[in-house]
Amino acid sequence: MQLLRIATAGSVDDGKSTLIGRLLFDSKAIFTDQLAAVERASRERGEDYPDLALLTDGLRAEREQGITIDVAHRYFATPQRKFIIADTPGHLQYTRNMVTGASTADLALILVDARKGVLEQSRRHAFLASLLGIGHLVVCVNKMDLVGWSRERFDEIREDFRRFAMKLDVADLTFVPLSALHGDNVVHRSASMPWYEGTSLLHQLEEVHVASDRNLIDARFPVQYVLRRPDFRGYAGTIAGGVFKPGDEVVALPSGITSRVRAVWGPGGTPLAEAFTGQAVTVELADDLDLGRGAMLCRPGNRAESAREVDALVCWFSSRASLTPGASYAVRHTTTETKGTVERLEYRLDVTTLHREAADSLALNDIGRIRLRTRAPLLFDPYRRNRATGGFLLVDEHTGDTVAAGMITGSVASPVVWHTAAVRREDRPTRGATVWLTGLSASGKSSVAVELERRLVAAGRPAYLLDGDNLRHGLNAGLGFSPEDRAENVRRVAEVARLFADAGVVAIASLISPYATDRASARAISGDLPFVEVFVDTPLEVCEARDPKGMYAKARAGEIKGFTGIDAPYERPASPDLVLHPADGDPATMAAAIQTLLDDLA
Amino acid sequence: MFYFFPVSVTSYELSHLAALEAEAVHVFREVAATFERPVLLFSGGKDSVVMLHAAAKAFWPAPLPFPMLHVDTGHNFDEVLRFRDETVAALGLRLEVASVQDDLDAGRVVEETGPRASRNRLQTVTLLRAIREGGFDAVFGGARRDEEKARAKERVFSFRDEHGQWDPRAQRPELWNLYNGRHRRGEHIRVFPLSNWTELDIWQYIRDERIALPPLYYAHRRSVVQRDGMLLAATRFLSLVDGETPYEATVRFRTVGDATCTGCVESSAATPSEVVAEVAATRVTERGATRADDRISEAGMEDRKREGYF
Repeated sequence: MQLLRIATAGSVDDGKSTLIGRLLFDSKAIFTDQLAAVERASRERGEDYPDLALLTDGLRAEREQGITIDVAHRYFATPQRKFIIADTPGHLQYTRNMVTGASTADLALILVDARKGVLEQSRRHAFLASLLGIGHLVVCVNKMDLVGWSRERFDEIREDFRRFAMKLDVADLTFVPLSALHGDNVVHRSASMPWYEGTSLLHQLEEVHVASDRNLIDARFPVQYVLRRPDFRGYAGTIAGGVFKPGDEVVALPSGITSRVRAVWGPGGTPLAEAFTGQAVTVELADDLDLGRGAMLCRPGNRAESAREVDALVCWFSSRASLTPGASYAVRHTTTETKGTVERLEYRLDVTTLHREAADSLALNDIGRIRLRTRAPLLFDPYRRNRATGGFLLVDEHTGDTVAAGMITGSVASPVVWHTAAVRREDRPTRGATVWLTGLSASGKSSVAVELERRLVAAGRPAYLLDGDNLRHGLNAGLGFSPEDRAENVRRVAEVARLFADAGVVAIASLISPYATDRASARAISGDLPFVEVFVDTPLEVCEARDPKGMYAKARAGEIKGFTGIDAPYERPASPDLVLHPADGDPATMAAAIQTLLDDLA
Repeated sequence: MFYFFPVSVTSYELSHLAALEAEAVHVFREVAATFERPVLLFSGGKDSVVMLHAAAKAFWPAPLPFPMLHVDTGHNFDEVLRFRDETVAALGLRLEVASVQDDLDAGRVVEETGPRASRNRLQTVTLLRAIREGGFDAVFGGARRDEEKARAKERVFSFRDEHGQWDPRAQRPELWNLYNGRHRRGEHIRVFPLSNWTELDIWQYIRDERIALPPLYYAHRRSVVQRDGMLLAATRFLSLVDGETPYEATVRFRTVGDATCTGCVESSAATPSEVVAEVAATRVTERGATRADDRISEAGMEDRKREGYF
């Protein structure tokens, strides 16, 4: 059976404790003596119904004040799964405890009161969950009974939340309308909301696929402890990424010495054919390397980064002191501890709006970006790639307090090391290039691009169409149409096109790409590879008359904002490699013109 | 060499017990690597037996790099003490015993009186004395978060000040599997490797790993008395109240501790598999069923933890 770790979040009084109580109660994880104690305590406080919050609020101060102060861990199981719930406080001043509970979670439950809609705290918690790398968010729209089980209200909240979540890095976002008090859609489907087509919350928790969230690619083994016997030297630790098996070639960092895995032992000496992320094992190497705690085993071709200066997002936990540039702390990272100095505080993040603000210091519960310089190099991966090698703590050396949690975004001093490939570009059978088609919506870019791809492939030249609209479903899902998002859209497509071109494929990128600077950076990204900018110069009136997707009509009606050519600018290319007008013929003819241009380059 | 596959090769998924064991093993190794004088609390009860089993696995093929400590109230079940001594002898472990009786004799604590007297609360003083005298800086305990509502709020690494006290409002945030063991001389850290295990997990692990326990945990005939809705063993440590008459019943213990405040339950579960089935179906928590000391007040455990108890 598999374990699922859940963190709860939500504003005060949105019914979080009631929901947990309901999950535990309906899955029969509340015991009769616990319930009796809750009923007794509720009666003594003069309440006429058992307050399920008392199940999770276990501290004297919490019961006295009727709020949750610290994380409580709750456990329940169904025949499908075991669950650990970190029940975290909703109050702003306990954000650090929410972060604590969320750091190991696979999934976060965000509660929204259907009457109140998406509040600041809902946004804050969704952001924190995404910051901590929780890949699955389930938004529970609670108290649906108090809005008459209204589908419209649910849809409204869902759209509102979705708009905010677009800015976050959340891969899996689902919504459940429910009533924790009455149990609708918690464990059982609700008869009161026949319009809801999804499954109950518990069913989602049982079914959500989290195994692929772990990094099984980058092999990382921080040495935690050395086990020695006569004739035995084993490196004990928990695998932080990837898979290790006997026979694997490994490199020990920071020394850079390579060896091979002789054996992998599970706890108690179970020989393992392979071991993976999350397993606590003991690794024996073929050579006597004399490694100690803090060393890291990787693969020679895929090493963790090593740097003394890193950029990181930090969440500040201390109410006694604030984070200021120049201050030094103990840095706890994987199995090492070193000293670190905050070189710079780049900005503080407004967690609700996600705006960056200039700041001199970070106070309790603030989140900001810092540059950290450490005495010994850190062996790390960016947090986005690996929680176990990207997360760290700052500890105040005088008080011993954990004052901050940090997530490394990247290194400063040593950029990513480029690995030299064994195959040179000239060794490949074909030459690649990027064809960049720009022009207004409905100018005919896609028709030309489709035709070009067909012709090139038919002529034996590998080609691939990167269509801007299509890429927005996958690679660029989540990007909007603001100038910043358009820039990022172009950057990503240009990077992918460069990889195709490098591999010997003609990448045909078809994007409106209205800004000259974005197109210039696309050309810059392609570097020494051929790059052809084709301007499909169809007048606005013609495009608007075609309007195949009805977009212009919507933009004119004010339903779409920031539409190129209507209320957003299109900057005409100053010196494109080729200009195509409607008078130049059908798409096939235009594609032939581009093909000729490509042939001339090669 | 014979290799076997504990997990499916394609899915790379750990069973929940393997995941819980890995988490505990990580904690044992972390403490051994970063503290000077750790000690493992061992009472012979099921949680400390499981803790010891996982600890031994964590350091294979080397011996345990820390000793064990038993706080003996003087009111322990004979079967448990026998099991404790056999385990220590069989595994060649170092065991230190700190006796509540020594503190009573020295006048540091005063015995409670009356029929409901228990030494359970007194053992906090003995525990803190043993930690101080032994110079221990990390103390492993088998407490689990599912046992009790104050324990549900515990960290895996729980800071204790020079008086051994727990301050639930000043707990250190604990993220990922990074633990902060900072302390000054005289302060120490309580470490709970089984934090995320439930009673059912403990029993499934005992079953799967074939871990031996004191016979008390399995159904047997015993003389008992009814008191406050619990079944207490009629031992030489229990004074009877008017109207109480011991009688024979088939029972087993869900927890074992001080004999004066640990109750048993009627049960016919005689093997680990039968206990697993019973625990899976029960509707009463183990402490609710069998611990008189938790019934003192709503915050009984929190208050004792603040004083230095586990």
